[in-house]
Amino acid sequence: MLSKRIIPCLDVRDGKLTKGIKFKGNVDIGDPVEMADFYYEEGADEIVFYDITASHEKRDIMLETVQRVAAKIFIPFSVGGGIRTVEDMRQVLLAGAEKVSVNSAAIRNPNIISEGAKAFGNQCIVLGMDVKRVTPSDRIPTGYEMVIDGGRRPMGIDALAWAQKAERLGAGEICLNSIDADGSQEGYELRLNKLIASNVTIPVIASGGAGVPEHLFEVLTQGHADAALIASMTHYGTYTIKEIKSYLHDEGIKIRTTW
Amino acid sequence: MIAIIDYEAGNLTSVQRALSFLGQESVITSDFSEVMQAEKIIFPGVGAAGKAMFDLKRLGLDKALTESYGGGKPILGICIGTQVIMEWSEENDAQCLGLIKGGVRRFHEEMVDRDGKRLKVPHMGWNGVAFKQDHPLFEGVAPESEFYFVHSYYPMPEESEAVLGETDYGSRFASVIAKENLCAVQFHVEKSGRPGLRILSNFCEWSGRDNA
Repeated sequence: MLSKRIIPCLDVRDGKLTKGIKFKGNVDIGDPVEMADFYYEEGADEIVFYDITASHEKRDIMLETVQRVAAKIFIPFSVGGGIRTVEDMRQVLLAGAEKVSVNSAAIRNPNIISEGAKAFGNQCIVLGMDVKRVTPSDRIPTGYEMVIDGGRRPMGIDALAWAQKAERLGAGEICLNSIDADGSQEGYELRLNKLIASNVTIPVIASGGAGVPEHLFEVLTQGHADAALIASMTHYGTYTIKEIKSYLHDEGIKIRTTW
Repeated sequence: MIAIIDYEAGNLTSVQRALSFLGQESVITSDFSEVMQAEKIIFPGVGAAGKAMFDLKRLGLDKALTESYGGGKPILGICIGTQVIMEWSEENDAQCLGLIKGGVRRFHEEMVDRDGKRLKVPHMGWNGVAFKQDHPLFEGVAPESEFYFVHSYYPMPEESEAVLGETDYGSRFASVIAKENLCAVQFHVEKSGRPGLRILSNFCEWSGRDNA
């Protein structure tokens, strides 16, 4: 049986590591390559890099970071943020990433999913979703709306409809981020995760809200998630990945415990 | 020198990066004579079996692999490399190399786990291997180690002696195949952390005989 994956997320800006709380007030906390290596040694099952570099001209810095990571760590990692074209995807994959993640660019141009899947295989294409809770309406029947630009811009698209469309277009995986829970450390949005995970056939990575190991247990069981993204709870040393994994293992979750 | 066979089936640089990390020289090549001259061959790749076979034949690499196997050269197959060594594949109805007897089938879409939850295809993520025999390539690899898989098809060797390890996904399938100087793994050694690197480094030391 597959193990549930624990995936630290590293936000990178201009080649340096940051962690945003509700996408505001980012502070630098170090070198992404060193941090990735640290998590690799600690037993992370995968690593997600999210490039929040504002200018497109500085993208080469990220590619260089990806190459340095790929020379040191030998588990899968994905790169998202600022990927707008199939050529952007190709560069990141050639630099050594296993997967690329598209978010706003896919909402603006859904064909990037199918083009990417055709060029590199579905397993390479991760759909990043930023979702916000709203009052259910005809347009947003589930009460979960797609947002972009770090949560600032609502798109008038229902999250479930979008997830299913992206799956049809060839997305291999979904990274599902709740804007409401992100940075709160009060737990993942379980209802949202269950809604999406039980209505698509591709794996779902839960994101946003992890504060204690119990939150991961909840989302991997009640939330039906295949993997859980973590950031603050390990970035500042509150927990180690090993502690989280041994907790989950003791609770009966299938987890990779040897590395 | 280790030849990493390039049949234009995807990104091969990750295998080379892992070898560089281990201090091993390698060359990514689709040249028949370069493959024939190499001391060892790694046969990786992603993609579809039909396309892989088409490109291997077009480049004359099917012969290079068959002759190298017959000549006793150590060969490591990875992922699609583990499927193309079989006789046939359900994927694109492909006739394959036939180094190992048996075929390749797709996972059923309706597979369920013990709790009745539907299993997703592709089989993607970390899973274990139950080893049935010892092999020099797995020396020093803890039996409870897990490996990173990404695949929708799996090999079914006819000879049970060729099955070195099995993985449970819906049912048990042969995830490690070994015969003589050939060893093939369905998972990605280059993405499986330290246990994966250990297999690669064991391969670099391997003479091609199944007991070191």
